[in-house]
Amino acid sequence: MARHQGRGMASINYPIGMNLGGDPSQALVHANPDGKFTVALSAIDLGQGMKQVSRQIAAETLGVPIEDVYVDTADSDTGPHDMGSFASRGTHRVGNAVIVAAKEARGVLLEAAAEELEVNADDLVTDGKGNIHVRGAASKSITVKAASQAAQFKQGKTISGRGIFLIPLSTVNPETGEMSPVTAYAHACLVVDLEVCDETGDVKVNKLTSAYELGRALNPKMVEQQLVGGAWMGMSHALYETPEPYYPNPEHGGRDYNEYLMPGPGDIAPHDITVLERPAPDGPFGAKGPGEMCANPVLPAVANAIFNAIGVRIDTLPITPEKILRALKAQGGARPQARRA
Amino acid sequence: MLEFRKDLFADERDDNLNVIGKGEQRQDMLGHVTGRTRFFDDHGFDGLLHLKVVRSPHHHARIRSIDVTAAERAPGVKRVIRGQDVPLNKNTLLSLIDFGKDDEPTLAVDKVRYKGEPIVAIIADSEAEALAAVKLVRVSYDPLPTVFDVQEALKPGAVVVNETYPGNYFEYHDKYDHQKLRFGDVEAAFRTADHVLEERYQMSPIEHASTETNGTIAAPETNNRYVVHSCAQGLFFSLGTTAKILALESNRLHFIGGTVGGGFGGKVDSLTEPLAVLGAILTGRPVRYVLGREEEMQFASPRGAERHVIKDGVMRDGRIVARQITSYFDAGAYTRLTSYGVVKCVAHMPGPYTIPNVRGDAYCVFTNRVPATAMRGFGVTGVDFSIEVQMDKLAHLVGIDPMEFRILNAYRDGDMKAHRRVAHNTALIECVQVVAEKVNWPLSETARRASSLSGGGGARAAIPPTVTDESGRIGRPETRQAPPQLTPGAAPLPAYQPPPAVTVYQPPPAHQPAAPLPNYPSQPAAAAPLPAPAPPVPNAPATPQHGAARFSSVFTRRR
Repeated sequence: MARHQGRGMASINYPIGMNLGGDPSQALVHANPDGKFTVALSAIDLGQGMKQVSRQIAAETLGVPIEDVYVDTADSDTGPHDMGSFASRGTHRVGNAVIVAAKEARGVLLEAAAEELEVNADDLVTDGKGNIHVRGAASKSITVKAASQAAQFKQGKTISGRGIFLIPLSTVNPETGEMSPVTAYAHACLVVDLEVCDETGDVKVNKLTSAYELGRALNPKMVEQQLVGGAWMGMSHALYETPEPYYPNPEHGGRDYNEYLMPGPGDIAPHDITVLERPAPDGPFGAKGPGEMCANPVLPAVANAIFNAIGVRIDTLPITPEKILRALKAQGGARPQARRA
Repeated sequence: MLEFRKDLFADERDDNLNVIGKGEQRQDMLGHVTGRTRFFDDHGFDGLLHLKVVRSPHHHARIRSIDVTAAERAPGVKRVIRGQDVPLNKNTLLSLIDFGKDDEPTLAVDKVRYKGEPIVAIIADSEAEALAAVKLVRVSYDPLPTVFDVQEALKPGAVVVNETYPGNYFEYHDKYDHQKLRFGDVEAAFRTADHVLEERYQMSPIEHASTETNGTIAAPETNNRYVVHSCAQGLFFSLGTTAKILALESNRLHFIGGTVGGGFGGKVDSLTEPLAVLGAILTGRPVRYVLGREEEMQFASPRGAERHVIKDGVMRDGRIVARQITSYFDAGAYTRLTSYGVVKCVAHMPGPYTIPNVRGDAYCVFTNRVPATAMRGFGVTGVDFSIEVQMDKLAHLVGIDPMEFRILNAYRDGDMKAHRRVAHNTALIECVQVVAEKVNWPLSETARRASSLSGGGGARAAIPPTVTDESGRIGRPETRQAPPQLTPGAAPLPAYQPPPAVTVYQPPPAHQPAAPLPNYPSQPAAAAPLPAPAPPVPNAPATPQHGAARFSSVFTRRR
């Protein structure tokens, strides 16, 4: 019996947004009389952080503190239309709609402030702390709160904005497949270090090292959550999960978490992540979207690392101990490949 | 552990921002960690009723009769719903964007096409009473032959799973049994390649395994409307689907959701919304329909299985000159979203590499299993697994380091992609370089100096003369390409023999392949290469059905 060390890698890209476009998202932004903002959406927060990302985008665009913005989603009576949270479209599509809506609301806010300050709205800037002042003259200022109160009770203005973002629908050529699938791609490369036991077929993932290019990490903590969780899911897809272990035989599916195998806490490997940011020209502050793609490089990297460890190729997922042992038997034992670094 | 490489692409970014880029805590975090956040199932109603469904024990069977008399008399039962009670008992999810034909009942009527297909819904005072009444429903079946393998399902004369698509394939553009990608001439390139490697990969089905199972609570409001607490990943998508199936105007539905206990693609199908609302309409009371864990794992749509056969031509110096990918997506018994995933897969071919000759053929195939749906990485995860293992094998074959091999073939700004759009904003090379540095993976000077920003475009931006063909014309199965020949030594997939049906059933007359079209000229094996890149051929815009921009101009109009 021996445990063989292996290292494998994979690199991928991932399309951002619904394939072919045609998937609009809308946003409404409005202020209460004290200059506190609500963003109304019908986007879905599945735990990925849709509300928080929208909130940060709105606060940045409005030029107000993040505490002054809350996101209300999803109620079909109050939230404008959105296609939904899938296809890595949430941040890109909803985020852009929020920017459009927030810009419009900011425009009214600055007009109201300009009227109170008796200056040109084009000369006004926000400090992100709740104040509006003349560019280069911080003393000539008004609070967001005062400007909002004036707008609503004195000037009769609604500090609100409407936003929609739509990538026009692309056709698909039946003969060549010519199409415009998406406008932005995220990228990743990942290395897996693991060991394979040639007696039990057990695979232990020891370390993940990755680089993800995401356009812009709008909230690095949430990006980290996505990437760590997504890598776990990729590891699980590669080595553990399936409702049909002998596909295409449809039997033997798990009925609960005792029967449906996934990596447990003891199987989780340290993950060293580096984030690169090449802004997408049409992304909100350049953002793309890490949610879906982060699992993808793990699957092939694990398979490639197993080959590196024992010299067998398992091309059918998941790579179970049974498949490894059968392949080792067919090969006549482990044939470790060249070590890498 | 997470760190940034802010030095890369710095001149393309404004890092002087207030809130963006800050790890601010979520507005809903405290609610989540203290258990106070309200999900769909946290909405209590007086007089709440519970809905459970009777599911098929067979993978494929004709329904001879359904007897609900005992169930209707069972304690606590308020209502039994059958297929004929559903206003529009045939739907396909993407009909909302005019893609595909209605092919799936909410409750099966004449036939079940997968094990676990809902047939009857029971609404009772408690879950226990609903479950007890489910056991009292007597359904008589004539089991039918089954098909579980995608390539078996595509053979002429195979068991017909879903009569809406009698060839067991989704129909693309009213013309082909699959979606094509044609760029250059792979056959010619294979002939000149130093090595050709063909391998087969199998992605297994996967359960989404969200913490929260699928479910809905629907309740009548006093204004002739229904409030619907939904777990949907697309609120208006689910609202539209429910309105269509129940033949309601959309403003009679008030959907509330947005805070969902995980989805990963498993909450796009509106598995519970239509029946819960129908139950509220028929009983006048609030109705809760939530899948149990076993139902969720066994009968809610999973990520579908995918089979990818990749054939590559590679030169000794490591350049990939041709890549051909044949993909089979196992949709299960109904389309749901697999037809879309197939097109997304084709758009993704041949991966993030610049390859001058690419051919793709991707099929959405119907089999007698639980319908598949979207899942994280939909259309891409499976083909990426296949491509990246193939890349590793190719690197090994030509004796080049796998990272060097990726960098050599990586797409760069200005390169033409196989779907005929120029790449921009690329960063694959930099990701590989950063990881290599992190793990001390030795790279050559050339690989270290490579950049996504340079070396692309020019000749790499050209659209090559492209060979097109009419393989896979609908109704002409003989034109479908034979399954690609596997390289000797490739591991065969495990053969699966479905168990014999218990009841002896006399099948209807064998499926007759559609007769060849009259006066149809025989197709040459391959059309002559085009003299020049064909200009884009926009499809004629179709009339939108609902006023909004629809996918009708892209695909088959809904019939």
